[in-house]
Amino acid sequence: MSAEILRATASELGERIARRELTAVEVTTAFLDQIERVDDDVKAFLHVDRAWSLDQARVVDARLDAGEKLGPLAGVPIAVKDIFCTQGVPTTCGSKILEGWLPPYNATVIDRVRNAGLVMIGKANMDEFAMGSSTENSAFQVTGNPWDLERIPGGSGGGSSAALASFQAPLALGTDTGGSIRQPAAVTATVGVKPTYGGTSRYGVIAMASSLDQPGPCARTVLDAALLHEVICGHDPMDSTSIDAPVPAVVDAARSGDVRGLRIGVVKELGGNGYAPGVEQRFREALDVLKAQGAEIVEVSCPHFKYALGAYYLIMPSEVSSNLARFDAMRYGLRVGDDGVNTVEDVMRLTRGAGFGDEVKRRIIIGTYALSSGYYDAYYGSAQKVRRLIAEDFDAAFTQVDVLVSPSTPTTAFKQGERTADPLAMYMSDLCTIPSNMAGNASASFPCGLAPEDGLPVGFQVMAPVLADDRLYRVGAALERGLEASWGGSLLDHLADSDAGAYLGVRTDVATPPLAEPVEASDAREI
Amino acid sequence: MDELLDYDEAMALFDPVLGLEVHVELNTASKMFCGCANHFGAEPNSNTCPVCLGLPGALPAVNATAIESAIRIGLSLNCDIATWCRFARKNYFYPDMTKDFQTSQYDEPLCFEGHVDVEVDGRTFRIAVERAHMEEDAGKLVHAGASGRIHGADYSLVDYNRAGTPLIEIVTKPVRGTGSMAPQVAKAYVAALRDTMRALGVSDVKMEQGSLRCDANVSLMPKGSDVLGTRTETKNVNSLRSIEAALTYEIRRQAAILACGGRVKQETRMWHEEGYTTAGRSKEEAEDYRYFPEPDLVPVAPSREWVEQLRSTLPENPAAKRVRLAAEWGMTEREFGDVLAADALDLIEATVAAGASPASARKWWLGELARVANAEGVELAAVGLTPAQVAEVQGLVDGGVVNDKLARQVIEGVLAGEGSPAEVVERRGLKVVSDDGALSAAVDAAIAADPDAAAKIRDGKVAAAGALIGSVMKAMRGQADAGRVRELILEKLS
Repeated sequence: MSAEILRATASELGERIARRELTAVEVTTAFLDQIERVDDDVKAFLHVDRAWSLDQARVVDARLDAGEKLGPLAGVPIAVKDIFCTQGVPTTCGSKILEGWLPPYNATVIDRVRNAGLVMIGKANMDEFAMGSSTENSAFQVTGNPWDLERIPGGSGGGSSAALASFQAPLALGTDTGGSIRQPAAVTATVGVKPTYGGTSRYGVIAMASSLDQPGPCARTVLDAALLHEVICGHDPMDSTSIDAPVPAVVDAARSGDVRGLRIGVVKELGGNGYAPGVEQRFREALDVLKAQGAEIVEVSCPHFKYALGAYYLIMPSEVSSNLARFDAMRYGLRVGDDGVNTVEDVMRLTRGAGFGDEVKRRIIIGTYALSSGYYDAYYGSAQKVRRLIAEDFDAAFTQVDVLVSPSTPTTAFKQGERTADPLAMYMSDLCTIPSNMAGNASASFPCGLAPEDGLPVGFQVMAPVLADDRLYRVGAALERGLEASWGGSLLDHLADSDAGAYLGVRTDVATPPLAEPVEASDAREI
Repeated sequence: MDELLDYDEAMALFDPVLGLEVHVELNTASKMFCGCANHFGAEPNSNTCPVCLGLPGALPAVNATAIESAIRIGLSLNCDIATWCRFARKNYFYPDMTKDFQTSQYDEPLCFEGHVDVEVDGRTFRIAVERAHMEEDAGKLVHAGASGRIHGADYSLVDYNRAGTPLIEIVTKPVRGTGSMAPQVAKAYVAALRDTMRALGVSDVKMEQGSLRCDANVSLMPKGSDVLGTRTETKNVNSLRSIEAALTYEIRRQAAILACGGRVKQETRMWHEEGYTTAGRSKEEAEDYRYFPEPDLVPVAPSREWVEQLRSTLPENPAAKRVRLAAEWGMTEREFGDVLAADALDLIEATVAAGASPASARKWWLGELARVANAEGVELAAVGLTPAQVAEVQGLVDGGVVNDKLARQVIEGVLAGEGSPAEVVERRGLKVVSDDGALSAAVDAAIAADPDAAAKIRDGKVAAAGALIGSVMKAMRGQADAGRVRELILEKLS
């Protein structure tokens, strides 16, 4: 019973809860038990409180029992990245500087999730202030990738992706500034969507880089992501950058998956040298699956994408240096050195020195420098020009094609500790995802197979024009349908039923047939 | 103490150049970027929310009324209004800053290139306005301890009620050519801004409460030179009078330094009401505020239609209005000057609009009501009587219902909350007795009681009527029309 609940999709759970075949409390209890069983190993959650979650579940059950019509996800548990402010519930953003802080208010996305009857099951681990691609920058714990606990689950939203892939939650909330939803999704074989910038409210989401941050849905299936997308997106007057337009019809798109006649552009610049052969192979196979369903595949050049990473690492830290100034020990969070002798400036300095980790400090220093008088034009100013050129690349490409595609990330999950000493290697993880943050268009990562050389998940990135988020789901659903038919189930089903996934304790009686032997990569290249 | 050069000597050697930065707190119902009440004097930290406290995750949303006020101010200062502009972040750490950056405007102000004409001693000076931009105010630090200043304080408290109050900062271009009149011109300029803001109704413009603040920059150029000298910026100038005094002081201080071949240090000076300035923060190591466009706010792009519609709502220019009213009211220069000095122009205008004559309106506001305001220590406008009520009181006098003396009791009653002027007359029984029957009896009684006076009147010594009128008025407890009493006495004794 429990394994069956844990393996079910969010939409199935929502339907069964709505039909009262299952209660929200039963479902929530199953996931809380799973957290108890596996999270000592996975370390996906920073905060779990059974009473808090079960209280929410009981309220949903009461509302449903009273005949209230809630949304299709009512009663379904959701993991919340610890960057979302949750009223009265610890919110650390992965940082010592916010340890013990209880926000007095909810993020808009949290209010929407609650109003839709979802049950928050815990606050998920993340890189400190969402800065990182491995979740190793969390001040509290290192999260394992459920496919191989010694590898990274991606970042910054590694807690969310690991929770999904280890069946500790059927849904999760993430935020994506340079790939923090999509890259973790890619390396865990889950679905992650960065909506159009302004599509989801940022109110109550602790800011990293305001012009790039975007909350979005994380799920195990395309439809589940779409259902969550519909819950959390839409205009919010509390966020001035929120777009006052209807949410694109993402659920319809996810149900249809019709790609006939869709023009798909493969970005020439996002591939080749530096990309793992298995990643490129699975990416090309996925293109064939889409082509077989009637899509037209063409190659498109986006010549300025190669400057995206460099420009991103000027704009993002600039905003970081300003956004993180408020953590000054005056009003909340950590306070160090308040001994009656130290000055206010001393206390600010000591607190920030002790409360921020190395990567956060590195970005504050870079950003402070980039905005300094005399350097502003050369750094921040030039980076903004590059940003404009990237947006123009997208605009030009979208006159030729309906969506753009690429691998989500150049490699599969790397080993913990492998890139911590080399920030530039770490930054390369977001090479493919950053352009969409710079331009503000919609983008997503979908599972497209396991790389033959290491048996680890590969992500397929789809990029759609601003406010055409529905196209992501159309392509994602077509891929999911086509690929799962050949795999005989989802990749996570294979993990769950394999010996490697035995520790998850979610094997069912109906075992998923083994995956076909990986084809030897034909044109293997040096990474 | 600073060495000071005699002002006339200083003016013989140097030409002052002014630069004035005026901050105006808008009186919008809510703050610049959140829905909290924008209200002076509330319980500390009661008007706060996640946004103005700068809590993690909170975001600003622009108050449209503040933008509207800013545009109306810009238009009143003859500024161009930007078709597209952005907010910018000014980054610096300070405990009264909830986000450790101030949301302001930098190189894209909403209003720019304007001017204000001010008149001093019959000369008109055109002050060029460089920009008027929007920003938010910071919280307020209260330093506990003997000094009341940050240095030597035992501890400090922060009140964030003011954090996020909408401000308009109005910056002049360098003001040259004022010569020895520089301090007066500065004062007249700030007074003109105050009058403009008041006429627009966009601010309380109370310097003593900080809703109008002026930072006064001044530097000296040797006569005949056109090379700008090093300036100082004087803060804590909390009244119009202080602007003039502080600038006079700074000019004399700088002149003393320069006359001895010294160098003026670029710094902030603090004005003290005792009549001197002291050095504040040194500006030589200029702080790098790392301005950049505020990514949490979308650009402000007021349509031309909106700007023109706002232009049509602008009130009459205060200077032009003064000229017009002085002529319409037929007051002498001195009488009108007293009206301005008493800050009673708008009150008298409203009273006249409600039906009173200019002379009577002036009489009440500058007489009885000024006395009450002074005794209560409040501004004239806050005295508790509306212009309409003053006009009603005067109407009662004109209609013979009460005399001037009774009218003062009516005012007292209205101020005591006893109702409208008519209600007070009714409740207190203050009506003048014009019933000839009752009056006639009182006159008869007075004549009988003072036969000497009656005899004198019969002999044609009409002046003796005063004593009889007095006793009749006394008997009637003042509620009689003295003119009518006189008539009756003379009638009966003729």
